[in-house]
Amino acid sequence: MGWWLPPAASTFAGPIDMLFLVILIITGIALVLVEVGLVVFIVKYRARPGRKAFYTHGSTRAEIIWTAIPAVTMVALGLVSNHYWVKMKDKDSVPADAYRVGVMGKQFEWQMTYSGTDGKLGTDDDFTVRNQLHITVNQPVAVELTAEDVIHSFFVPEFRVKQDAVPGMHIIAWFQATKTGEYEIGCAELCGMGHYKMRARVFVHTPEEFTAWMAQQAAGGAE
Amino acid sequence: MTSVAHAKPDAHGGGGHHAAMSFWQKYIFSTDHKIIGIQFLFVSLFFLLLGGLLAMQIRWQVGFPGKPMPGGGILPESMVSGGVILPEYYIQLVTMHGTFMVFFAIMPLLVGVYANFLIPLKLGAHDMAFPRINMWSFWLALLAGLIMLAGFFVPEGTSRAGWTMYAPLSARPDLSGATVGQMLWCVSIVVLGLSSVMGSVNYITTIINHRAPGMTWFRMPLSVWALFVTAILAVLALPVLQGAAIMLLFDQTIGTHFFDPVAGGQALLWQHLFWFFGHPEVYILILPAMGMVSDIISNGSRKPIFGYHSMVFAIVGIAFLGWIVWGHHMFMSGMNPTLGSTFMVSTLLIAVPSAIKVFNWMGTMWRGNLRLHVPMLNAIAFVSMFTIGGLSGIFMAATPVDIPIHDTYFIVAHLHYVLFGGSLFALFAAIPFWYPKMFGRMMDERLGKIHFWLTFVTYNLVFFPMHMIGMGGQMRRLYDPTIYDFLKPQQPLNEFITISAFALFAVQLIFAFNFLWSLKKGKVAPQNPWEDNGLEWSLPNPAPHGNWAPHTPNVYRGPYEFSAPESGDADFLPQTKKLPTDRDPVPAIPPAGH
Repeated sequence: MGWWLPPAASTFAGPIDMLFLVILIITGIALVLVEVGLVVFIVKYRARPGRKAFYTHGSTRAEIIWTAIPAVTMVALGLVSNHYWVKMKDKDSVPADAYRVGVMGKQFEWQMTYSGTDGKLGTDDDFTVRNQLHITVNQPVAVELTAEDVIHSFFVPEFRVKQDAVPGMHIIAWFQATKTGEYEIGCAELCGMGHYKMRARVFVHTPEEFTAWMAQQAAGGAE
Repeated sequence: MTSVAHAKPDAHGGGGHHAAMSFWQKYIFSTDHKIIGIQFLFVSLFFLLLGGLLAMQIRWQVGFPGKPMPGGGILPESMVSGGVILPEYYIQLVTMHGTFMVFFAIMPLLVGVYANFLIPLKLGAHDMAFPRINMWSFWLALLAGLIMLAGFFVPEGTSRAGWTMYAPLSARPDLSGATVGQMLWCVSIVVLGLSSVMGSVNYITTIINHRAPGMTWFRMPLSVWALFVTAILAVLALPVLQGAAIMLLFDQTIGTHFFDPVAGGQALLWQHLFWFFGHPEVYILILPAMGMVSDIISNGSRKPIFGYHSMVFAIVGIAFLGWIVWGHHMFMSGMNPTLGSTFMVSTLLIAVPSAIKVFNWMGTMWRGNLRLHVPMLNAIAFVSMFTIGGLSGIFMAATPVDIPIHDTYFIVAHLHYVLFGGSLFALFAAIPFWYPKMFGRMMDERLGKIHFWLTFVTYNLVFFPMHMIGMGGQMRRLYDPTIYDFLKPQQPLNEFITISAFALFAVQLIFAFNFLWSLKKGKVAPQNPWEDNGLEWSLPNPAPHGNWAPHTPNVYRGPYEFSAPESGDADFLPQTKKLPTDRDPVPAIPPAGH
């Protein structure tokens, strides 16, 4: 088993994993500082007979240092994080050429609606497939998320994609897969008794495979 | 309100009246803040045990899905089938574990017990400002707990929507599968909110009005500062939750559809209301722990607390920021992503006052003369574990990093590092520290040390690997993780966590035994067993009803004057000790209850 985030398979994984590593290093330094400090103090300043503690109420200089360093670090981290956040989640971040798929969560399955031959959702040739999301590698995909009953959450670990599907809302989550293959979609929000089995699959195809799959669907082929 | 405070003057008068009280007056319908604190202690320790038992069942299912649970045979068919936990029971378990631990174990243990017990004793007051409201606060809390517990005994069982009660799942019995249990949750929370507000109004009033002469604001111990700020948070936050719970109850019963978009409601409205309460609640669950740990670390280090004023301002700062970060629970909810940016910045800023506190605790220990007694060991563990919990929070505060770990076991690890590693270790420090003041006896030191070390090790074996499980993508509240192919390789680690969790639970029996055994057989406590400076230790153990009544102690200095040059041979200097150079304070504040 792995000791890291799942294998990466989308364009988001690069910056997210890098940021994760940066935070791990920053917090790791702070953690070692505190834990080693505590252990050293416990050993070094253990009570000994005849010794008295050093009487002090503090040090303004030390306080300024350990206020300023976290403050500056956090602001910097916030700025860097926001730079990527806006690129991933902002409503203007969805690429114009993204392939659009409707995904509706309902107890306890995912329904994927494809635009059919006209390339437009909401028309007569749309067709719906249960628990299967078929997409093309290296092409942006915009998932139009809705929910029929309660809140669900669309989660593909390898793509570093997570977005709640909320009844009454129409939320777009986009991503771009970078590796062909088959991945799992999980539900990340408690949605009732069958929450645990609300599992679906993503198939990332080459453009040729995807066209073939589409043609098969249009011909009324098996799922 | 004034009439209530004065309604029973004999309760604050001479000690002679108290001896005549019946058992019921003295121990059951008591208006003595110390007895009320002890009542809260027993009741919330019971709910802590219950929450732990629920956790063990959760762990069995996650570690060994589909295998019959040992002892599962005694549960009814609606919960288990052939000893195997059913999915509908599993979500009741996660819902009730969270609910009981947050609302009926940690919150009353910190606030119900120690705000009641410590505030008057540490301020030199005879009792709370409103002793009868205080009694009501306890009885309402117990009633709320019993209503919540009743959920297990109604058809369909308890609520099934998670302790966060996200709508519309919680609002629609047809979708959650629970009807009466869902309503009981709402009713119980409304009652608990009443209890909490009554208590908080009392704490705030007492701290403002009933400080002994010389007990200026900046001579108050940090425990009292923390409880003061906590009470302000509670009085402002709980009514929001109560309102939301009433709306949810209407949704469930009379079809108001506040939170259900089927008829014009909004699902996210519930989350905004819940977390507007819920994030201040997080600080309600940690600030009192920080305050008590400050007292204990200063005592154990035999040194004044490092940077007292910045510790106070950090408490206030955390509390203030606590009101403007609720959206970080909703980064993936569909809330406007630009709002996500704002909430990210406010959330990251909380690291600053938190860091100040951690470094000041270390500064207090630096060049100290450390007495590593059981309360001190647990207090140091608090600092060490809270640091992990605080730092892991930064991962989720950074919005892009939150995407893969949101709603996974990473957050489960994080919140347990704060609530168990933080709050509960602080309680393992506070309980033995003030035990002699409550019961006149000491808890056993050797058992305490065994309990501390075993808990510290097994606790980390349980919760640290959850970070990895969460990074691997395991979602929260998942009945059977092996359904997912990508989670199957992690299953051995889940088994390891489960076995460690059973060990952790077993170790707590040492604490339970020590707690109960010491009530009767513990070493009789000297008057000031920890050589502390606090006002409470100027009274006999246990302190009589009315505390110092009819007198009021004078306060000459702050609470942390350990190893002060003027203390002579001793390394402590009680707040009430008058040195030749001290002048008596002007009794500007009338003593409590007069």
